[in-house]
Amino acid sequence: MATETQTPVAAPAPSGGVGQRAWLFVSLIALVLLALAPFVIYPVFLMKALCFALFACAFNLLIGYVGLLSFGHAAFFGGAAYVTAHAAKVWLLPPELAILLGTLFAGVCGAAVGALAIRRQGIYFAMTTLALSQMLFFVFLQAPFTGGEDGIQGVPRGHLFGLLDLNDPYAMYFTVLAIFVGGFWFIHRIVHSPFGQVLKAIRENEQRATSLGYDVSRYKLMAFILSATLAGLAGSTKALVFQLATLTDVQWQMSGEVVLMTLLGGIGTTTGPVIGAFLVVMLQNYLATTALPATVVIGIVFIICVLVFRRGIMGEIGHLLRWKL
Amino acid sequence: MLSVRDLTGYYGESHILHGVEFQIAEGEVVTLIGRNGVGKTTTLRAILGLLDRQEGSIRLQGEEILGLRTDRIARKGIGYVPEDRGIFASLTVEENLLLPPVVKPGGLTTEEVYGLFPRLKERRKSQGTKLSGGEQQMLSIARILRTGARLLLMDEPTEGLAPVIVQQIGSIIAELKRKGFTILLVEQNFHFASGVADRHYVMEDGKVVDMIPNDRLEAEREKLQQYLGV
Amino acid sequence: MIQDLLGIPPQALFGQLLLGLINGSFYALLSLGLAVIFGMLHVINFAHGALYMVGAFVAWLLMIHLGIGYWPALLIAPLVVAAFGVLIERTMLVRIAKMDPLYGLLLTFGLALVIEGVFRHFYGVSGQPYPPPPSLQGGTNLGFMFLPTYRAWVVVASLVVCLGTWYAIERTKLGSYLRAATEKPQLVQAMGINVPALVTLTFAAAVALAGFAGVLAAPMYQVNPLMGSNLIIVVFAVVVIGGMGSILGAVITGFGLGIVEGLTKVFYPEAANIVIFVVMAIVLLVKPQGLFGKA
Repeated sequence: MATETQTPVAAPAPSGGVGQRAWLFVSLIALVLLALAPFVIYPVFLMKALCFALFACAFNLLIGYVGLLSFGHAAFFGGAAYVTAHAAKVWLLPPELAILLGTLFAGVCGAAVGALAIRRQGIYFAMTTLALSQMLFFVFLQAPFTGGEDGIQGVPRGHLFGLLDLNDPYAMYFTVLAIFVGGFWFIHRIVHSPFGQVLKAIRENEQRATSLGYDVSRYKLMAFILSATLAGLAGSTKALVFQLATLTDVQWQMSGEVVLMTLLGGIGTTTGPVIGAFLVVMLQNYLATTALPATVVIGIVFIICVLVFRRGIMGEIGHLLRWKL
Repeated sequence: MLSVRDLTGYYGESHILHGVEFQIAEGEVVTLIGRNGVGKTTTLRAILGLLDRQEGSIRLQGEEILGLRTDRIARKGIGYVPEDRGIFASLTVEENLLLPPVVKPGGLTTEEVYGLFPRLKERRKSQGTKLSGGEQQMLSIARILRTGARLLLMDEPTEGLAPVIVQQIGSIIAELKRKGFTILLVEQNFHFASGVADRHYVMEDGKVVDMIPNDRLEAEREKLQQYLGV
Repeated sequence: MIQDLLGIPPQALFGQLLLGLINGSFYALLSLGLAVIFGMLHVINFAHGALYMVGAFVAWLLMIHLGIGYWPALLIAPLVVAAFGVLIERTMLVRIAKMDPLYGLLLTFGLALVIEGVFRHFYGVSGQPYPPPPSLQGGTNLGFMFLPTYRAWVVVASLVVCLGTWYAIERTKLGSYLRAATEKPQLVQAMGINVPALVTLTFAAAVALAGFAGVLAAPMYQVNPLMGSNLIIVVFAVVVIGGMGSILGAVITGFGLGIVEGLTKVFYPEAANIVIFVVMAIVLLVKPQGLFGKA
């Protein structure tokens, strides 16, 4: 395999740039906007976009900060959705426990898939994750509890902590927003922790990280498990929002979608995946109202991104402003 | 035969050659000498159009070849012996030998090549990289003699080889010169270079800074030692 | 003759084995192409399954619109797919040639979505029937099983094409260019060989193999825009299992896994869909670089 190649991650922009204070300011504005948004924009759209945004951020943790392209993240996203839906509908668990269970399930799957996949590198890693997630797809297709082609429908949202009735759209929205913000903040902390520094060192030069004495495999596996768990959190939340878990969410096309969101927004940027997710969800909603074949348009966006727009939106802006966004 | 003027060359962003100039007449053996990293290998690669960017002028028998695609340049009659010998592991010795296409009439026949390198004939069914270092070097030279190329670019053909093999390569180069080949040789082994070459171009910092005819070597020894830092 | 094996009637056993061999033929033809492309272009061609589907569709369209039958289609469809491959390589892949191979995977993924989406848009998801040629209809009763002629032909034809490909790469002059350019493309170009053209030719030939497999598949499965989309992922697993270093390795792995899958269908049908992935997981544990891969 060629070694003198460009890595598929945005070039690290010079650090410094935006100060802590400016960041805090921008974050606060974003939070206020997100808090006001459901009164202006259709909440279901926002909730969907936030779930996918968290999913994309989780995926970005792996490709953006460790340089690993997982083509199988749908298994964690959709798998967690199934478990949450089943827990809420059949076991009648409260929403917080149903989500917790789904998220844990994704973490366990992530540990198994990750342990196998990190035995190969680069392109083989991507193929391996794709194949293993396809295996999980068939398991969900055939497992008795998933309802086959119909999926699990009519999942009750329930009362959060026994108090908050999630059937109220605003209650549900603010729950989703809280989960998103929590997940986003958690990823931000991971990336800026000493652990995150080691991940970046692995991305830049795996051999050097090994020679510095880091157990690269362990770090990769940890990152994979964290990423899968957070993807599961996003999937579990989505299952409650739509009161539904279906095969769509575990299919490889879904793995491709999260790649696209991250690529479009900017691989390795903090906010890019969020923006990419919002744009792709908007695009899909728009395409659903037209006669255009959605997969063709998505495919074309994919091709354009790879050919001429590899930094993605935030990566491109960051490059222009020489900031790390 | 070959005339290089104001040649600049880049790998990515890094600027390696800063206006290289030299000429080689037909039938001459000429070396490029200089310390490590002054741009000797890069100059050979620039002649073949293998850099990311190259500017200036490279004329082969009066015809401008700079800017042509690498395979077109090769087809003008240039043979290349790369620094790492460039033997293909997935090819047998014979496949390695027969790989370069004939680009001009007048090359040696396969039998003539085997005549010059009998050892290669014995081992022609072996995997290319199973040969010893010296044999690989012979193979690397041998395979471009069939093609009809009259200008040979050789990048350190003696590097890492035992003295007895170096001697053999010296006599092969002398034989090629007798056959009328023009040879541009990048060499660190100055003793070897002085035994085979007509003239020496000295490179420093991506430029040719001096030219010393082989018969002036003794007289210029002190200056030369300064250039080479020995 | 042969009595029931482990309670399985021989008819079912050999029938599934044959189906396994046929699936194995497709795995072999496709993974062979993927390996050749990867060697030259450092791209994993996600669109390989889509191009297999295009091969089948071209055969079907030739029959519907021009009345051109199976045998000419077996030649024309791969050529059409090859021409399409030239277009893809010249307009897109060449632009990402020096970048990380992951970009190639993403680009061809997008391409697969576009190709499959276009066919789905125009032809829907229901399959189109394609009859086998009259000369290959019917079958032979071998005593222990009934052997449909067309299925026997598919196995033989793929074997011949696989071995022919192996011969072309390992034993011909053009193949020696290809092997050499896989190792050191710049040096091969410095010998006067037009390597960019060789790369294009390689890609075209490899996707033509996929198109050929598509035509072979058309009379057995229905011609469907999504017929290649799940297949390509199984083929990825085949490639991970076999490694991409060896042509014969790809062929053997392909046929072998087809047989394993067929046997699973007999003895434990619930696991038939996933058995190849399970094998992949085991190989990753035992020999991570793949059965025929170089460490």
